[in-house]
Amino acid sequence: MNVSRREFTRIGCRIIIGAAAGTAVVESIVTNSAAKENPPKGGYDWNEHFWGYLVDTRKCIGCGRCANACKLENEVPFDEPVYRTWVERYRIIKKEREEEVIIDSPNGSIDGFVDDIPDEEIKKAFYVPKICNHCENPPCVQVCPVGATYTTEDGVVLVDYDYCIGCRYCIQGCPYGARYFNTEKGTADKCTWCYHRITKGLLPACVQACPVGARVFGDLNDPESAVNKVLDIERINVLKPDLGTKPKVYYVGLDREVR
Amino acid sequence: MTAEGLVWGYIYPNEAEIQWSILIVLYPYITGLVAGAFIASSLYHVFGKKEIRPVARFALLTALAFLLVATMPLLTHLGHPERGIEIMFTPHLTSAMSGFGYIYSFYLIIVVLEIWLSFREDIVRTALNSRGWKELLYSALALFSYDISEKALHDDEKLAKKLAIIGIPSAAFLHGYVGFIFGGIKANPWWSTPLMPLIFLMSAIVSGIALLILLYIASMKIRKHAIDHKCLHSLAHYLWVFLILDVALELLEIVSMKYESLEEMEIVNRLLSEKIATTFYGVQLGLGIFVPFILLLLVGIMRNRETLKMILISISSIFVVTGVFAMRWNVVIGGQEISKSLSGTMTYVPVFFSQEGVLPAIIILSLPFVILYVLTRILPPWKDMESTE
Repeated sequence: MNVSRREFTRIGCRIIIGAAAGTAVVESIVTNSAAKENPPKGGYDWNEHFWGYLVDTRKCIGCGRCANACKLENEVPFDEPVYRTWVERYRIIKKEREEEVIIDSPNGSIDGFVDDIPDEEIKKAFYVPKICNHCENPPCVQVCPVGATYTTEDGVVLVDYDYCIGCRYCIQGCPYGARYFNTEKGTADKCTWCYHRITKGLLPACVQACPVGARVFGDLNDPESAVNKVLDIERINVLKPDLGTKPKVYYVGLDREVR
Repeated sequence: MTAEGLVWGYIYPNEAEIQWSILIVLYPYITGLVAGAFIASSLYHVFGKKEIRPVARFALLTALAFLLVATMPLLTHLGHPERGIEIMFTPHLTSAMSGFGYIYSFYLIIVVLEIWLSFREDIVRTALNSRGWKELLYSALALFSYDISEKALHDDEKLAKKLAIIGIPSAAFLHGYVGFIFGGIKANPWWSTPLMPLIFLMSAIVSGIALLILLYIASMKIRKHAIDHKCLHSLAHYLWVFLILDVALELLEIVSMKYESLEEMEIVNRLLSEKIATTFYGVQLGLGIFVPFILLLLVGIMRNRETLKMILISISSIFVVTGVFAMRWNVVIGGQEISKSLSGTMTYVPVFFSQEGVLPAIIILSLPFVILYVLTRILPPWKDMESTE
């Protein structure tokens, strides 16, 4: 070759420095946290709040109004098996030696549940509402390759639909099955805790729709909030605590069968 | 596709659709073949295994041919392929996937440079000895630098060796990293294991060597040239050694999982016995590892009988590339067939005609062979061997 080693090294260094500088410039122009740096407007300060959600499984009656309200409010397609929230039914069946656990959530519970097992065969039954846990340590945010999903300052995990490339790694990464692929948008999608509502002082649609107060929403920063009032006195748990995701959906009366 | 009959037990309502399809099975399969072929070539380029020389340059072209299509299954799969480039501009560095663009590009550069250096002498000679468009093409390929003095060629060789030395960890990283994409997902008990990158790497190497063996035999048959049996046996030997490493890791993974029997084992057992029993025990371990292991052992102890050995090596190689495909399938699809509720399973039903169907998968997997054919026409990899013979 004509190029001496020294020359080769010099050219190589120049290329590397040039590429690094180029990357820095590009990065300063295109930032992957565009949505994050664009807080909601209209007098709402996201630094003042830190939202939390509480489910009292003992109160849930499995009517499915929450799941229905969610689909309506957030225009989640009714004809596709995708849900931002749903209710699970657990029925523990009497057996001679061991128990059989039957879990279901037909159509994500939006039409409620049908009794198809005689009462006398059921030892114990309960409902468990599920929703995105808006984890403090969210695996979906961790695995997003472009930073299209992010946590807002007030603790809500959102998707930037204009940025998501639709790789679905976040759907794989979520241990709770809370994410789905929005075929219309070609992006990942999930519960926002009705961010458009809570930033206007309203409750999430599912909380609003619950007739028995099994779903509670509130500001963890506010000691008087509905969530904190329960957290202060009840023994609570979260789903899959061993995964270290630190969910902000807290459960009262969580059975060992629930995952 | 209805969920009825395809679901057992309870799955989360959002899990009815399998998200990563056959295309995502292809992605680790293809990058594995790339890494394996490259590592096979570096047995000569770095470790000086002279007996591998007949296939060393061909292995590099094979690596490039497959590397060029490695991004296709991913881009085809994306909901927004036009935004795919964001992974380069704004990588979110906590994501295992965000490094893909950089690692891929870096590796591509290494492979192209390595090929250029290995073929430079031939390129220059062709440029000097031809006229018209051919002269122009090869002059451009030579980057209009025609120095093939002994010293220059010696420098090429030294640089090629250095590049290959960087290339080995890069190849290992490119593929080990693909393993980490799965192994780092704590939500999925069938994926989450620190052994995953190593398992991916070992299976990558065996698949790459096996592919190289098959392509080498096929090329020689098509070109009606004699097969260098010493080279073939050497490749078979390395295939056998890496098969041992591969099976050791795969068994270690499954044995320790079963032995520890954590909460998720019940559903993983169900996956292994109901969903992927055939593809896991039958194809991945039995056909893909055990049978070739025995066959290659026979080849190792057999004397003379070159044709029979060649047939055994070919059969082993076909089994190995099939077994590794099954391994990718069992990881990618198998992992998605268990519900994260740990209470149910679902079934992936491949569709033929769709963006993520079998047809695009077949097209994508055929492309490297076409590319390889074109590459070998432009840069005949056998020339140096056969001219010195």
